[in-house]
Amino acid sequence: MTNGWVDIKNTDMMLVMGGNPAENHPCGFKWAIEAKRERNAKLIVVDPRFTRTAATGDLFCQIRAGSDIAFLGGVLRYAIENNRIAKEYLANFTNAAFIVKEGFKLPEDGLYSGFDPATQTYDHSSWNYEAEGGAASAGLPPKVAYDLTLQNPRCVFQLLRQQYSRYTPDMVERITGIAKEQFLKAADLFTSIRTNGDMKKVATIMYAVGWTQHSFGTQIIRTAAILQLLLGNVGRAGGGVNALRGHSNIQGATDMAGLFDSLPGYLKAPIPTDTDFKTYMARVTPSASKPAPWDSFNYYSNTSKFTVSLLKALYGDAAKKENDWAFHYLPKVDRNYSWTEIWDNMYRGAVKGMLAFGMNGVCIGPDSQKNIEALKRADWLVVGEIYADETSEFWRSPGITPEEMKKINTTVYRLPCAGFAEKDGSMTNSARWLNWKNVAVPPPGQCRLDQDILAQIFLKVRELYKTEGGKFPDPILNLTWGYTEPEHPSLSEVAKEINGKALANISDPKTQQILLRAGQQLPGFALLRDDGTTSCGNWIYSGSWTEAGPQLARRGTEDPSGMGVFPNWGWSWPANRRVLYNRASCDPSGKPWDPTRPQVWWNDEAQLWVGNDVPDFKADSHPKDHMGPFIMNAEGVGRIFAPLAAFADGPFPEHYEPIESPVANLFHPQHSNNPVVKKFSTPADKYGAVADGFTVICTTYRLTEHYHYWTKNNPMNVQLIPEPFVEMPVELAQELGIRGGDKVKVTSARSFYIAKAFVTKRIKPMTIDGKKIYQIGLPINQGYRGIQEDAGKNARTIANRLTPSVVDPNAHTPEFKGFLVKVEKV
Amino acid sequence: MDANRRDFFKITLAGGAAASFLGFDLAPAYAQLQELKIARARETRSTCPYCAVGCGVLIYTIGDSAKNVTPQVIHVEGDPDHPTNRGTLCPKGASLHQDILNPRRLLKPQVRRPGSDHWEDISWDRALDEVAHRIKKTRDDTFVEKDAQGRTANRCEGFAWIGGCTDTNEFNYLVVKTMRSLGVAYIENQARV
Repeated sequence: MTNGWVDIKNTDMMLVMGGNPAENHPCGFKWAIEAKRERNAKLIVVDPRFTRTAATGDLFCQIRAGSDIAFLGGVLRYAIENNRIAKEYLANFTNAAFIVKEGFKLPEDGLYSGFDPATQTYDHSSWNYEAEGGAASAGLPPKVAYDLTLQNPRCVFQLLRQQYSRYTPDMVERITGIAKEQFLKAADLFTSIRTNGDMKKVATIMYAVGWTQHSFGTQIIRTAAILQLLLGNVGRAGGGVNALRGHSNIQGATDMAGLFDSLPGYLKAPIPTDTDFKTYMARVTPSASKPAPWDSFNYYSNTSKFTVSLLKALYGDAAKKENDWAFHYLPKVDRNYSWTEIWDNMYRGAVKGMLAFGMNGVCIGPDSQKNIEALKRADWLVVGEIYADETSEFWRSPGITPEEMKKINTTVYRLPCAGFAEKDGSMTNSARWLNWKNVAVPPPGQCRLDQDILAQIFLKVRELYKTEGGKFPDPILNLTWGYTEPEHPSLSEVAKEINGKALANISDPKTQQILLRAGQQLPGFALLRDDGTTSCGNWIYSGSWTEAGPQLARRGTEDPSGMGVFPNWGWSWPANRRVLYNRASCDPSGKPWDPTRPQVWWNDEAQLWVGNDVPDFKADSHPKDHMGPFIMNAEGVGRIFAPLAAFADGPFPEHYEPIESPVANLFHPQHSNNPVVKKFSTPADKYGAVADGFTVICTTYRLTEHYHYWTKNNPMNVQLIPEPFVEMPVELAQELGIRGGDKVKVTSARSFYIAKAFVTKRIKPMTIDGKKIYQIGLPINQGYRGIQEDAGKNARTIANRLTPSVVDPNAHTPEFKGFLVKVEKV
Repeated sequence: MDANRRDFFKITLAGGAAASFLGFDLAPAYAQLQELKIARARETRSTCPYCAVGCGVLIYTIGDSAKNVTPQVIHVEGDPDHPTNRGTLCPKGASLHQDILNPRRLLKPQVRRPGSDHWEDISWDRALDEVAHRIKKTRDDTFVEKDAQGRTANRCEGFAWIGGCTDTNEFNYLVVKTMRSLGVAYIENQARV
């Protein structure tokens, strides 16, 4: 979230799409109810089903799963047509005024300029700004041509207007199934906060995996970000672009980069052409790109400080300037190694082993049967879990005969791990708040703490390399592991390592005054150096455990401004800033757009930015210097147009159909789907179409009472929802002769799912371009091991057996929502 | 004697006086009820492991903190001080007690051997030893020091780490440290799916 949970109470207008917080984030959703109650805020809900969130809303639009860009594009067009835009914000805080260079082409035919059909990729070089003076530039030009009147036909604003001019209310209806009148009501209501450009009111957009789990999911979120920039809602209390994430520490896992393409703190992993550290830094360190009179903090210009400090944390004294800070110890990432690639390569025999800790890969899928097939071909699997799960038991999953089991040669180790109450440590919630938790009970039986298991495995591997030698042992032998109890690392010690410390005395370069002594914890990332004198495991977490103690364990319940900031509860990254980009909550002169919700402001006497929140900005930058509020972008401003390789599939979002869709793309049927999305090609990868009999759109979702595949082991949760079901419209049920409670089989091109029919009126049949289309939905929470499963009380089929192995080309997230199935009674 | 509902409760709470009314003395029963079950408990502040609201929870245990006594969880509730959830919990958080105390918890390391149809018990030492050997062998067998163009790769493509998203930042950092030092390229977690 750019903002936070409690901050939602500050809003005047909410759009919830691709998410169902009343059911999936109930305790956080209370803040939306608070906004409705205290501020008379309105709630618009757009969803394939009339959910409990919709039931608390002021307006509901039932949408065809996967057509969200069409809807949002329609709202963008409406806002521009009706002059409901934040003109001053737009011109000064976004790249709306930047001029795009000649040769750039919009995708009226489905393709942007630069598409290569042979490789199915884009040459992005035309997706760039025009340099002031017209100089050619391979990267972003340092000085950008611009037009503050927003009239130049190639300025970003005019291109935006042109791009979404096709997204008329008629087209929105034909593509999404939302009646024109209903769509216009929603567009009117949402943009009403900016009527005549008045800046006082604020709107927020909240979303979850209903947006991310598509082959164009990143672009759906982009459309929302553009809309929020257009309306001047980013950086403002009660505003922003707010991801309602799914797990207690999914934000932390993202921040800490347990992902193939990044390093802690969103640093980019090195690639093969980074032949030395200098080349690596040149590639990943952006230079400012902006109108000449403006200022850009371009905070990623400090990348070398973050990276060297990380390498010092990892390799200590073994990381020296002379050996390029040991950066060659890190693997060079030469291609896509993401989630679906793992299973595909295991299926193909290239991935021989896997460690799965707290991750049920078989149930997650997509195409669960492919993942099971893949595991059959692996040599070894190590599962760290607290309950018996589908992944560790893939070798005896339903359908496997005793004869087949004898031929499955995978060795599976199942190690009993610790539960949440048995571990301390910190977790980061969706609002970027880090909170420390304490140990309540020791692990039962022979269970061990996950960090102990990992430490013990690693130290054994290191010992083997010490005694036997082997391939390139250097990074293993030199990894820092100075914990007081190496086989039982204290998470407090690890947290301090993540925060970082000075390795030598750090002085102020101007006054020579010593700011920090060797060995002291860093107060924040501003003191990071790239000369080997600082160590820091994750620069964005620097400040979380300082000399003053564990900031992330603080429990200050005071909220002096009343805006839900709670500056002394836990610690928020970065630098305890609670609302990101909060400089944009003020006009260019430094005065809050809305004086009743003052977040930060320019204090002329002190010549500093001050406020009720920590300014997300260079504190002493005078407003007249026109420094952009979006300090992590090279331009310093919000990107309405995302240049060059920012996104694989386009600088503006374009409506594409899900890979399995019942209709052709109404804008450009010859390019129905996202052109850069690739399909997998093993025998286990099958894709279905209407012609094959798959005529019903299926989506997957979650239940309030269950948490993924975990709570099917908890008697209380199982009592609340004992059985899986298939939720279907009453009209479809009648057509198929199905009554509520009947056993039903749902089949996709990949596999099938069996559960009881849950017949409902809350998913109405839709008309898509004149065709009658049905949507159904499945909760994902059951599998083949659990209380009910073990008692033989359900069919033991996994919902993700149905889902297709196809992913978003930017985030590589699978298309779990919006694929084709057929339904029959069994 | 005659009594309306309110008087009835007053009389019974008075304890001794009830004896004549009901024929037995309720005082000892009420005395026990009025002591909260958590009165002698230790309160531990934790965080719900489920969704990303990150509700604060309070876990109550009893046990006299003597060295060999294992504390027992007797109650879990929302933390009223936490600014986000303010003491509330959803059905998942509200059932955490039965996640902590659950007879289905895995309690010992096990191994399934090739071709086998069952789990066997295995000691921690043996399990960790075998796992370490397998990691080393797979790494040594599949490690790419230089790629086809002769550039430094230092990459292990032979095994993968997949993590969840309900464990701590500190654990996740140790995963990055260890796996990246082994050269692992296939490192992923729930954040992507």
